[in-house]
Amino acid sequence: MHIPDGFLSAPVWGTFDLMAIPAVSAIARRAQRGIQERDIPLLGVMGAFVFAAQMINFPVGPGTSGHLVGGALLAIALGPAPAAIAMTAILAIQALVFQDGGVLALGANVFNMAIVGVLAGYLPYRAWSGVSRSFAVFAAGLLSVLASGCLALAELLVSGVPMPRHVLFISLGFFLMNAVIEGAITVAAIRAIERLNPRLLRSPQRSSSSLIAVMAVAAVVLAVAGILVASANPDGIEQLARAHAPAWLNSPLADYQVHGIESLWLRRAAAGVAGLVLIYGACVFTGKLIARRSV
Amino acid sequence: MSVLRVRGLRHRYPDGTQALEGVDFELDAGECVAVLGANGSGKTTFVLHLNGLLEGEGSIEVCGIPVRKENLKQVRAKVGLVFQDSDEQLFMPTVLEDVAFGPMNFGIPPDQAIAGSRKALEQVGMGEAIRKAPYHLSGGEKRRVALAGVLVMNPEILVLDEPTTSLDPPAQRELLRLLRSLPQSKLVVTHDVALARGLASRAVFFEHGRIAAEGSVDEIAERFNWTPQSVSLDHR
Amino acid sequence: MHHVVVEQWSRARSPLHRREPRAKLGALLAFLIAVSTSDARAQPAFAAYAVLLGAAILASRLPAAALLRRAALVLPFSATFALITWWSGDPWRALALAEKSFLSGLAALLLIATTPVTDLMRGLEALRVPRMLILVIQFLYRYLFVISEQAQHMRLAAASRSGWRFRSAAGALAVLFARASERADGIYRAMLARGFSGRFPAFSRPHFHTADVVFLCASVSASAAIRLAL
Repeated sequence: MHIPDGFLSAPVWGTFDLMAIPAVSAIARRAQRGIQERDIPLLGVMGAFVFAAQMINFPVGPGTSGHLVGGALLAIALGPAPAAIAMTAILAIQALVFQDGGVLALGANVFNMAIVGVLAGYLPYRAWSGVSRSFAVFAAGLLSVLASGCLALAELLVSGVPMPRHVLFISLGFFLMNAVIEGAITVAAIRAIERLNPRLLRSPQRSSSSLIAVMAVAAVVLAVAGILVASANPDGIEQLARAHAPAWLNSPLADYQVHGIESLWLRRAAAGVAGLVLIYGACVFTGKLIARRSV
Repeated sequence: MSVLRVRGLRHRYPDGTQALEGVDFELDAGECVAVLGANGSGKTTFVLHLNGLLEGEGSIEVCGIPVRKENLKQVRAKVGLVFQDSDEQLFMPTVLEDVAFGPMNFGIPPDQAIAGSRKALEQVGMGEAIRKAPYHLSGGEKRRVALAGVLVMNPEILVLDEPTTSLDPPAQRELLRLLRSLPQSKLVVTHDVALARGLASRAVFFEHGRIAAEGSVDEIAERFNWTPQSVSLDHR
Repeated sequence: MHHVVVEQWSRARSPLHRREPRAKLGALLAFLIAVSTSDARAQPAFAAYAVLLGAAILASRLPAAALLRRAALVLPFSATFALITWWSGDPWRALALAEKSFLSGLAALLLIATTPVTDLMRGLEALRVPRMLILVIQFLYRYLFVISEQAQHMRLAAASRSGWRFRSAAGALAVLFARASERADGIYRAMLARGFSGRFPAFSRPHFHTADVVFLCASVSASAAIRLAL
């Protein structure tokens, strides 16, 4: 799910790098309540824990094992803003030190996994803990990976990486499978931690307005799904364009030209990106909402 | 002249257990005292009060300064605590940065802090390791760097919590030699009776949160059967 | 861990090692942007990029074969997408995908192989990356290998006792979590004991020298020239 360099087109990685910078700065500048410099060792050590935990294999069937991604686990253990910073730190190290995920693509990966992934891993937990804690945690893990995966796919599609229908469905199926595994691992881990020492996890604030939380979850999920569908649609049109007008479509400035068929692609791509901006806005809004309610 | 005076120290854990039940203790300038006792008897809890990391009832005075919220920074400049887990103590990315952490927190300008750190590292024999990452050091090396990080602040009192744990014998000998060469007053929490004998002029024995006895290291070891050499190979 | 090798590489000496971290970062970004925006059919450009990296490898005095092997780790992922792209009827793009991801990965590897992580962090800090993020990354990196080793030990211990199952993994995760949490507490106590009162001390920043400016300009120009001319 870490997108390497070379896959995303310049408008896409450029947009995400530009979006991720203020987002991460805002979170890091303690826009959300309650992070101080004294918390830094905890965030760092928890980041190291998740990093190490990602390498532990969870046998899920004959010959297959799954691995933790950790966005939901961090969100549940630390709260969304600290979790976002910890995940960003993990992604930065993975990209710069281990070449896992691109450097230019870091903005997109951070958006997918550290911002949306963490938020999608926190809101269900917050909204549904009262109903059934296990279900809430499972949903958190599942939605976290599903949201990041769908976003990654959408970004690839908008970048023009050709993806025939069935490949798209296989990829989605793959992400869904990983999402279920993440849910299962997250639940198992949370339960095991609670058995060990219940004081290690903070309990979610009882939200008097879980309706808003549910709506926020729905908004994020719908937006992600919508973007995916919208991005997938120009597929057929793109193929056509390639077949009939290869020369200027493939020129370096094709992305910026507005001629005939390309404008349709551009419009859909713009729609995709605009939708992503909407998700970002939704995340910030719900994030602020949570912060206010935490007071 | 006493550098440390503890009177009636009591501490209760959040879950209700009484960790310390009225401890009275005094340390004179230049003295070295060994703190012995079973695990859970309150030794570590006791020393964590000396620089205000834990708060309890009773009074503690370090070089005449009462250990209270307002004076914590002053106290922490006078009491140098070397923790049992060196990995927790060496948290900066390089050795030099870690040793310089203390002085820089007290407002000493970076150049001076770094110069002082280099000197402290030389003193403990780790002068070559300044750019190394703590992860790459051995247990004994980490312990020495931790000690340097404390010495650089010129404390009056050195408090060492189980300093020879997980060190191999050569490293233990080296640490003992190093500690003997330091002029500061020392308080050494340890299970290592050989270390205690080599360093301390006096020992106290903790039991259930209070000091049960005081005397020379040999007296205490004998009285409480505190030596590991009690397993006889002669089974007849 | 294989990363130990990269750590050793980063502490070696060479003209490239000696360059200021920001200069190397700038060179890397220029290269990555040039590669990323290159047209799929501009094969001569990719060859030129490879030559440019070859020159960098020479300047780093690091073993080329080992570097290339490590950079090739990105290929399985790219190859899958490349095949799909090829099969979708765009062979140039398929080839470009593999070439771009490999070249980008190799360039990023060269950065970390010639710059110790701590120096890289100082460089990022000087580039105004938020201090909190830099510090968290620093602590993460400091304890990454400690905790990874713990995880490995646990795996070995459990596997030799009762076999490694989903349950064992969850249990191991919980223990790692608890230890990490305790460790964070211990670190905080150690910080307080040495006078921490709310802000981490700021260390010195890296300095640009003439050689660094020359290097940066040369690298950026080279990448730009290849991108525009080929």
